[in-house]
Amino acid sequence: MTPALETRELTIRFGGHVAVDAVSCAFFPGQLTAIVGPNGAGKTTYFNLMSGQLRASSGAVLVRGRDITGLDAPRRARLGLGRAFQLTNLFPALSVLENVRLACQARAGVHYEMTRPWMARRDILAAAHATLARVGLEGRAGSAVSALSHGDQRKLEVAMMMALEPDILMFDEPTAGMSVDEVPVVLDLIAQLKRDASKTILLVEHKMDVVRSLADRIIVLHNGKLMADGPPAEVIASPLVREAYLGAAA
Amino acid sequence: MRLLSGDPPRGWPARALVVLVALALAATPLLFHGAKPLEVAEKICVMAALAASYDVLLGYTGIVSFAHVMFFGVGAYGVGLASYALGPGWGAMALGLAGGLALSAALALAIGLFSLRVQAIFFAMVTLAVAYAFNVLASQLPDLTGGEDGRSFRVPELLRPGHHFGHWLGTAVTGRTLTYYLVLAGAAALFLVLLRIVNSPFGRVLQAIRENPLRAEALGYRIVFHRTLAVIVTALVAAFVGGLDAMWLRYVGPDTALSFSIQIDVLVIVVIGGRGTLYGAVVGAAVFVIAENYLRALIGAAATATADLPLLPNLLHPDRWLLWLGVLFILAVRFAPRGIVGELQRRHDEGRRS
Repeated sequence: MTPALETRELTIRFGGHVAVDAVSCAFFPGQLTAIVGPNGAGKTTYFNLMSGQLRASSGAVLVRGRDITGLDAPRRARLGLGRAFQLTNLFPALSVLENVRLACQARAGVHYEMTRPWMARRDILAAAHATLARVGLEGRAGSAVSALSHGDQRKLEVAMMMALEPDILMFDEPTAGMSVDEVPVVLDLIAQLKRDASKTILLVEHKMDVVRSLADRIIVLHNGKLMADGPPAEVIASPLVREAYLGAAA
Repeated sequence: MRLLSGDPPRGWPARALVVLVALALAATPLLFHGAKPLEVAEKICVMAALAASYDVLLGYTGIVSFAHVMFFGVGAYGVGLASYALGPGWGAMALGLAGGLALSAALALAIGLFSLRVQAIFFAMVTLAVAYAFNVLASQLPDLTGGEDGRSFRVPELLRPGHHFGHWLGTAVTGRTLTYYLVLAGAAALFLVLLRIVNSPFGRVLQAIRENPLRAEALGYRIVFHRTLAVIVTALVAAFVGGLDAMWLRYVGPDTALSFSIQIDVLVIVVIGGRGTLYGAVVGAAVFVIAENYLRALIGAAATATADLPLLPNLLHPDRWLLWLGVLFILAVRFAPRGIVGELQRRHDEGRRS
């Protein structure tokens, strides 16, 4: 089976520091892979290399067997690589609806149309409203992004990725900074997406209970290196991982 | 509403202001006599359309360009030199305008693709260099452009001051009146085109790029192309406005078409009127051009009135009008950073929310 997404010896150096060190790993449709590791292990950098925000120093990224190492972020997004960012990464002065609508517009492939007003594309507008409803933000459509709570901004971030309908979904700590009652909304969404066997899901997460309940597989990054890879129970139990990552918490 | 692409000024104060300016511009030939008011009104039309196109870059896309007036100049020289070389005629003007538009688009494409891949500041520097080079070129090629002196040319018979259509409401309707209404209609049409563009799906992406370019890329938008296309479209509008202005002036030269002081004026107008509002360009142009033309006289009157006081008459000398405009500009930036229309619209939005 061709992996949906694969990295081969993927490496990036910042000066003398090797942030991601020859990581080779393949991700398959219908599988949710949790990526764990201590702060500074290179998890977000690994994501950035795959979704195109950073260019690799060496190694390769492949989508469905095709080498995409040379492609920029927009082209990768169009190939079905969806990314929800860890630090909230929105269009702050635009409305909640407009944020999602821009994602829906990108999904519809409407890039340079300038002769009609945006309202004329009712299909895009309807898709935006529907996406907001999926994350429970339909009541906030007209609000400014800056008026949203942190948790709602995270939901919006996830909504924007979902609006692109990607085959490969990369969640970077989607529940970070959320209040306890907001977390289930996002987890339910991820669980729902997981039921679709065509989706490949990558999840960076610190909360071990979340990882246990959602992940089919765990990979562990430490100092930019891939340290462990396997079913959740096995990886969590391994002494190496307990020492390096779970430390005192285990 | 459809003409305004569903985006009228928000709130009655902003609306009233824009309508007032538009009506005043439409009625100027009937309300006032003599050449001066018409000169002022024509300048407002030209600066409003030129500033509106600059606002699409600065206010909507977040691009700083110093070459915007260069495109204005390309359009002006196109019409001027074609009319000069081929003799007066509609065909010569149309040909010149078409040439100016083509050259503008080509230049904008080259500058955009060359420099918008990298940081915005690099683009600003490149536009500065290109605009400067163009300015020097226009002055150093006297055989082609007339050099520093520029070129005076003749317009078609219908547009000449000596051509009388008759009288209407006690005003003589001449070729100048017709020329003025051509400029006004052209500027208004270009403004509506710009309004449509900023409210189109493409225009919405421009605003997303201004807000967060990396996020726009992550959604799949190739922002280099969007930015370049924005530069090309606004360059075309600027060139068109330049052609209209040349037709009015019946002259083209470095001072009226390429000068950096026009570029500064455009920037000031956009900031005074309100960045990212488009309507701000109309209001800003009216305020700026009227101040430019009548602030001098006002200050001169104040100087005479204070003639017996120390120092004040010196400060209020008519030649110091730019100083006072500068003071007004600093106060405006300090106390109304969103500009006139931006501030009025913000008040309206907040009133609705509470």
